[in-house]
Amino acid sequence: MDLFANLALGFDTAFTLQNLLYCLIGCVLGTLIGVLPGLGPIATIAMLLPATYALPPIAALIMLAGIYYGSQYGGSTTAILLNIPGETSSVVTAIDGYQMARNGRAGVALFTAGMGSFFAGCVATLVLAAFAAPLSQLAFKFGPAEYFSLMVLGLIGAVVLASGSLIKAIGMIVLGLLMGLIGTDVNSGVSRYAFDIPELSDGIGFVAVAMGVFGFAEIMGNLEKTDEDEGFLNKMTTMIPTKQDVKRMIPSILRGTTIGSILGILPGGGAALAAFGAYSVEKKSSKYSHEFGKGAIEGVAGPESANNAAAQTSFIPLLTLGIPPNAVMALMVGAMTIHNIQPGPQVMTSNPALFWGLIASMWIGNVMLILLNLPLIGIWVKLLKIPYRFMYPAILVFCCIGVYTVNNTVFDVYVTAAFGIIGYLFFKLGCEPPPLLLGFVLGPMMEENFRRALLLSRGDFTTFLTRPLSLGLLIAAALLVVIVALPAVKKTREEAFVED
Amino acid sequence: MEIRNQKDFGAGLMYIVIGLFFTIMATQYPMGTAAKMGPGYFPFWLGIVMTALGLLILVKSLSAKAAIEKIPPFNWKVIGLITGSVVAYGILLPTMGFIVAVFVLVFMSASASHEFHWKGTLINATFLIVFTYSVFVMGLKLQFPLLPFFLQ
Repeated sequence: MDLFANLALGFDTAFTLQNLLYCLIGCVLGTLIGVLPGLGPIATIAMLLPATYALPPIAALIMLAGIYYGSQYGGSTTAILLNIPGETSSVVTAIDGYQMARNGRAGVALFTAGMGSFFAGCVATLVLAAFAAPLSQLAFKFGPAEYFSLMVLGLIGAVVLASGSLIKAIGMIVLGLLMGLIGTDVNSGVSRYAFDIPELSDGIGFVAVAMGVFGFAEIMGNLEKTDEDEGFLNKMTTMIPTKQDVKRMIPSILRGTTIGSILGILPGGGAALAAFGAYSVEKKSSKYSHEFGKGAIEGVAGPESANNAAAQTSFIPLLTLGIPPNAVMALMVGAMTIHNIQPGPQVMTSNPALFWGLIASMWIGNVMLILLNLPLIGIWVKLLKIPYRFMYPAILVFCCIGVYTVNNTVFDVYVTAAFGIIGYLFFKLGCEPPPLLLGFVLGPMMEENFRRALLLSRGDFTTFLTRPLSLGLLIAAALLVVIVALPAVKKTREEAFVED
Repeated sequence: MEIRNQKDFGAGLMYIVIGLFFTIMATQYPMGTAAKMGPGYFPFWLGIVMTALGLLILVKSLSAKAAIEKIPPFNWKVIGLITGSVVAYGILLPTMGFIVAVFVLVFMSASASHEFHWKGTLINATFLIVFTYSVFVMGLKLQFPLLPFFLQ
């Protein structure tokens, strides 16, 4: 069967000494930032993008992917032991995980989180491998009109599922699209919005925007908070679960993995949404629902499996259609472009070793993570004692060095500083930056496909509605907006985002 | 008239200004036709969409049903020190070199914290310089101006 031949190729690629090493580095870094609150995968990947120039593309992608799913493992450790979620996706793990730890069952909670994540990671790798080929086949049937409509659906979906105020988030997308147009227009050679600044004729640097809006602005936001929540550090206890624990955790892990795998593929999906979804399903379906919030093992097993599964399946739209479903995947687009790989269905055929190697590396990474996390948990907990006042100058140093090395010019350093202030303004006005990053990445692609579609139809705008695939995608996008605007849905949605 | 939701009012205003800016600038580039678009076409209409979204948010923020939300105060000290430290790094790097630039960056940014302590910061700065020097300069072989201009 093809799938196995492909996976064999993947493991062949991933099992070289160099790729194993970068997979390990990615997983260690991911765990590290997962453990450290105030530093998320978006800022870290942006920080490390420039450092991957020197690497071969496959090693770079394996490492960056490891950071993302690795951070899901690390985030749960601090959530359980300290009640401090290292990542947004472990917010729900903290609810029951921390209570389990208070009841003297910290070890079991960590074991459950680890096993759940590992199982989910393995399944998600298979899902990724199985779905990738048919979806890429479908993508080859797409013309420019379909691609344009697909991007509309992807962008709308991203904000419908993943953010608070819908109109404001759509505004951020449009702003991102507009920013993406800055620089030389590839069709006419006209320099747009560059004001004769030579550095701007290539467009605004992707790394500069991501670091400014996510890295710098976050630091400024964090520094304003004066009350430091120290939290009570729970003692480690035995990791061996009881028979009853195992019986209760297995169905939750299975459900969490399914929910996570599905929500990861959807536009706007990703680890955080999957964890929230899985928690509410567990709470509603469990016969122990009265124990939730007081240390129910299902409340750890479900969300932890879901967030890890989703972190991996969110690579599917990126690798098959070239459309990033969330901000981390938008950064992966940036990473691929740096290495001259155009994300999309052609990656699988033109660069099969890279494609399958990346997928296989995720399985290897999951094995590494379980080995890194369970026995070495003491080391990670020690890291928590690093105070933020030492950490944020270090983040700034890495950002400044990284952004300088992109083009070896200080101009990019100033652009990043400017985007730091802009990001801070967004934060104060309640505008969420992830949709901006998605728009920024898709802007040039969207314009290109829009132009080509209308060129082919000789200026007839109905081309987007007369082609059945394109029409279907646009109807789906419109439906999403309508559903969200329904009063009942609107209410539950607002409740779900209150915790953010 | 009372502005009930100040956050949305501000966001709407920002979107309108940016939208109009992009639309007005776009008129300076060739527009072309729908079938053969010039460089101005897409940004022109996208700017209009942006402005319209901004107007919608602005109007909604004024309505009697809008939630009352104030814009939280800006902490100018933090903005100034963090942004300033990055700009200082940019200015110092080409002339004074990597070591001085990183040192200033760490000290200036660290002073934004209310827990600032010069001794701890000195240790942190030294550690970061040694660490980044060995990883980026020696390990990854990235090119930086290392020493101040008068020592080169």
